[in-house]
Amino acid sequence: MSGYHGAPATNASEAADWSTGRVIQTNLRAVLGRAYPRVIGLTREPSWLFFEIFLPFLAVSAFVFVYRALEAPEEFIGFVVLGGAMTSFWLNVVWMMAAQFYWEKDQGNLELYFTAPMHLMSVLAGMAIGGLVMTSSRALAVIGIGSVLYGVTYDIQQPFLLAGVFLLTMIPLYGMGMLFASLFLLWGREAFHLAQLLQEPIYFLGGVNFPLRAIGPIAGVVMATLPLGVGLDAMRQLAFAGSGVEGVLPVGPEILILIAMGVVFLVSARLALGYLEFLARREGRLTLRWQ
Amino acid sequence: MPDELAIHARGVTRVYKAKPDPVTALGGVDLDVEPGEYFGLLGPNGAGKTTLIKILTTLLLPTSGTAKVAGFDVVHETAKIRRVINMVAGGEQSGYGLLTVREQLWMFSQFYGLPTREGWRRVDELIEITGLTEQRQQKVRTLSTGQRQKLNFARGLLNDPWVLFLDEPTLGLDVAAARDLREHTLSWKAAAPGRTLLLTTHYMVEAEQLCDRIAIVDRGKILALGTPEELRRRVQAESIFRLELDRLPQNGGIAGIAALPGVVSAVRADEEMADGAASDRVALKVALADDSALTSVVTAVAERGSHLVGLAKSEPSLEDVFVELVGRGFGDEDGDQEPAA
Ligand SMILES: Nc1ncnc2c1ncn2[C@@H]1O[C@H](COP(=O)(O)OP(=O)(O)OP(=O)(O)O)[C@@H](O)[C@H]1O
Ligand SMILES: [Mg+2]
Repeated sequence: MSGYHGAPATNASEAADWSTGRVIQTNLRAVLGRAYPRVIGLTREPSWLFFEIFLPFLAVSAFVFVYRALEAPEEFIGFVVLGGAMTSFWLNVVWMMAAQFYWEKDQGNLELYFTAPMHLMSVLAGMAIGGLVMTSSRALAVIGIGSVLYGVTYDIQQPFLLAGVFLLTMIPLYGMGMLFASLFLLWGREAFHLAQLLQEPIYFLGGVNFPLRAIGPIAGVVMATLPLGVGLDAMRQLAFAGSGVEGVLPVGPEILILIAMGVVFLVSARLALGYLEFLARREGRLTLRWQ
Repeated sequence: MPDELAIHARGVTRVYKAKPDPVTALGGVDLDVEPGEYFGLLGPNGAGKTTLIKILTTLLLPTSGTAKVAGFDVVHETAKIRRVINMVAGGEQSGYGLLTVREQLWMFSQFYGLPTREGWRRVDELIEITGLTEQRQQKVRTLSTGQRQKLNFARGLLNDPWVLFLDEPTLGLDVAAARDLREHTLSWKAAAPGRTLLLTTHYMVEAEQLCDRIAIVDRGKILALGTPEELRRRVQAESIFRLELDRLPQNGGIAGIAALPGVVSAVRADEEMADGAASDRVALKVALADDSALTSVVTAVAERGSHLVGLAKSEPSLEDVFVELVGRGFGDEDGDQEPAA
């Protein structure tokens, strides 16, 4: 590290003496570095388009037809379109966050990440931010196509609040992905199967395709565990303000819940990562179970 | 402050939990490497070379003993060590296949915290040095093994590491690519003084060409340590003969010959056979305590149904040292003899 920051070091001990500023800068750069292939992938892996636009859109359409056939209130159509768009983020979290360390380990990236001078949380954050940028384009596509095709009308009185709630939802959602990334590696296939198993129930419990209130008492459980459910419930209240929709809770408390979830998931992700590294160094392997 | 040793290890052991029995990969390693030194670890498969590298690169904890890199403890001062090291392994598939060579190097430069402009400059410089200029816009997943390894090597130099670990860096490369890589390593040494290299390899030429000092390891222990010259001198007292036979000796074969009185070691050395040799022919390298034992070797060969078709006295090589210490040549699986020394 001959003098990238200040005078060139004359020996290794000097070179290892980093200021706090340099540590922070390196971690920020690592976030960008890891987000980079994700964003590049946007233009290089068209097959992802299929999974992240077409599949959610199909699911949305199916519900739209059911609601139309049942002559459900027209807001339900808007709910479904919004829910469908948010599904893209959930898919992104399951397949490209939670399962990611798996691939990274096989390719030998994980070892290089551990030996690089940044925290692995920065790698996870980069993965999350890159994924978020990439998936946002998909989600917007689903909303655009769905809204035009099914004639959804929005009534947004507080656009900044809506955008803020969206971002606040993303923190615990991707925080959950960051946590799962370590857990999946620790528990191997079992965790992987569990996630696949959970995918459908989460659509249901997350209230992706219908208002969460409709499932009654279970809604309380959802509130306490699933960022996507809470976020969607708040976003629907804000996106269809005039239609008199009621959420499980008013937007204010839901925002507080999202903040609390964000803290819990990020802290847990950090702890899980520490345990992962400890286990890797002590046992010479990255998994609790043999695979 | 005096410069710390680049690598310092005392009584380092490592035991892996495994079924049915725990595996002792390192059985007490002592090692000091000076800053600026190029140091080689030579040893057969499973000797513990990678295990030692993993401990020094903070990926693995020693079971006992202490180890320091650039004066920092591998157990407690991992953050500091990670700022001054890098590592490249043979056959490494790091990064993301959808990136181009240039993009991939840039991504890694960010993990080492290089400022943007400095990062791109370094990336382009290393692409040129390693001869990847034509492939710079090519996707990583389309690279050949040799190009891929050049990319890995370039990645390893991105942060201009003070201690570089190369674990069998030329694994699977053809002669020319391996030579290129060795040359890059040497030019890095000239360009960046004070940098230290720890190399593991199975190739004697590589160790001899790149390393100031070499340790021969087997079963988790250092059996000998010194400059290539010093190591060669250990076997100078012996006479080494190369025998070419028309076929493999029968009853007891090579092991039988190695067991004769006055014979220090006997191994196959087929790779040095002259072109066009009949396919049954084998070559043996025999180390003798003194020349007089040659008569009994020649007799023993004849008794075992083989005919001598060539005989030459050869200068001791690093491989001879290795064979004597480890008790077997590279690639020989029948290594259950005790080391002679
Ligand atoms: N994670 C692990 N769990 C159990 N045993 C292991 C593990 N890693 C290595 N070993 C064992 O430790 C011993 C040393 O392995 P190591 O990889 O250090 O050898 P090496 O000298 O690098 O060999 P090679 O030349 O084949 O690369 C071997 O017997 C190996 O099987
Ligand atoms: Mg190895």
